[in-house]
Amino acid sequence: MDWLFIHMPIAGVQIFWPGLIILGLGVGIIGGFFGMGGGWMVTPGLNILGFPMAFAIGTDIAHMAGNSLISTMRHSKFGNVDYRLGLTMVIGTVCGFETGAQMIMWLERIGKVEAAVRCGYLGLLTLVAWLVFTDVAKKRRKDRETRAAGKSPDALSTGIEWHKTFHKIKIPPVVHFKRAGIRCSVWLPIGVSFVTGWLAGILGIGGGLIRMPALIYLVGCPTHVAVGTDLFEVVISALYGCASYTYKGRTELVAAMIMLVGASIGAQIGSVATKYVRGYGIRIFFGVAVVGCALSIAFKLLAAASPSVRDLFNNAAAVLILLLVAALSLFIFLKFLKGVREELAMKEKYR
Amino acid sequence: MLRFTRRLITALVLPAVVSAAGAKSEAIVFVADTRRLSGVAAWFTNLYNENLFYFTLLTVFIIPAMGLILGKFTGFVMARSGIDLKSRVLAEH
Repeated sequence: MDWLFIHMPIAGVQIFWPGLIILGLGVGIIGGFFGMGGGWMVTPGLNILGFPMAFAIGTDIAHMAGNSLISTMRHSKFGNVDYRLGLTMVIGTVCGFETGAQMIMWLERIGKVEAAVRCGYLGLLTLVAWLVFTDVAKKRRKDRETRAAGKSPDALSTGIEWHKTFHKIKIPPVVHFKRAGIRCSVWLPIGVSFVTGWLAGILGIGGGLIRMPALIYLVGCPTHVAVGTDLFEVVISALYGCASYTYKGRTELVAAMIMLVGASIGAQIGSVATKYVRGYGIRIFFGVAVVGCALSIAFKLLAAASPSVRDLFNNAAAVLILLLVAALSLFIFLKFLKGVREELAMKEKYR
Repeated sequence: MLRFTRRLITALVLPAVVSAAGAKSEAIVFVADTRRLSGVAAWFTNLYNENLFYFTLLTVFIIPAMGLILGKFTGFVMARSGIDLKSRVLAEH
């Protein structure tokens, strides 16, 4: 069974390479579907496969750059990427990220970084999950009331509509983002991306987990365009992160390349699956992913707080993340298969 | 009692003060073992050991290039399946 293990020249560890391909495949599917790089899933996965944590983070970011590029290319063909909006947000993201990173240095100097980051992460994920499920509940209530009044529900209606309030603030210059179908002050996407970049800099993630819901609820993007545009931004931020971590000597290039093989297939599946799932369906699955991630962070906090059960909670956190990746990617893959079968059957019928 | 409390606090705080006054710790430097490597793997790893800047440039070039090639290839295979990859019907939020 030695052939199943490959020697990583830089990290100096033997790694089960099919595990790398499976991890890349799963994260490719989830990332292509939700518009995230998947850093919060891959890093613990790589650590479990045997990578030291610093290499797990650096390798993950490197693979994320390639993975999100593949997903962006696919989403672009569907018209899901608003490049103008994405490039506008890069300005805010980079400035916000650096501000967040400087804050982390300060927290490290005062010895409060671990607890602050974990609690901040948990608070943020709880807020995002609450936002998503409140939005879904509100939309369902609106649709029920519309049906009760004898009318058919508007497919374009949304639950939470905070973006409408923000769109009314017309601080010049006002810009039209054609693909996203929104006209707003340019300071709205820059401000939102500064805050999401700041949070990403503090939490050490690519930002997709925060930026995707921010694009939907604060900027007002339709779900599919939020997914595609967010992936475009992840390419840029992940390339920057890849350069930074590689220069620090913490990227295992061989592992990133192996993961990209699986991710290239997964990203196609996940991106195409968005064709067959309505916007609100994507939001619900996203909410489930966020809840799973929050639970994993809660386990990590409990592990840090109670040394006697540290190993139990650390293992539980890792198992939960891997189960979540497996379950979500399988679910999305089944949606993809079902959608493809129906589309090909329809084509055959009308030939 | 007060004298005892002051001495106890000093004994507890002193190690922290001493370690804080120490020199700032440097970043850990990894040196990859190239003894059992050959060919391309040895070349990559030697580059990592000798010049991290060029290794970084190479990585930042290879990853997106590989993403582009694999994306085009898997896109081609996906297109052969007969799925419409240029439009989606769903236009709602």
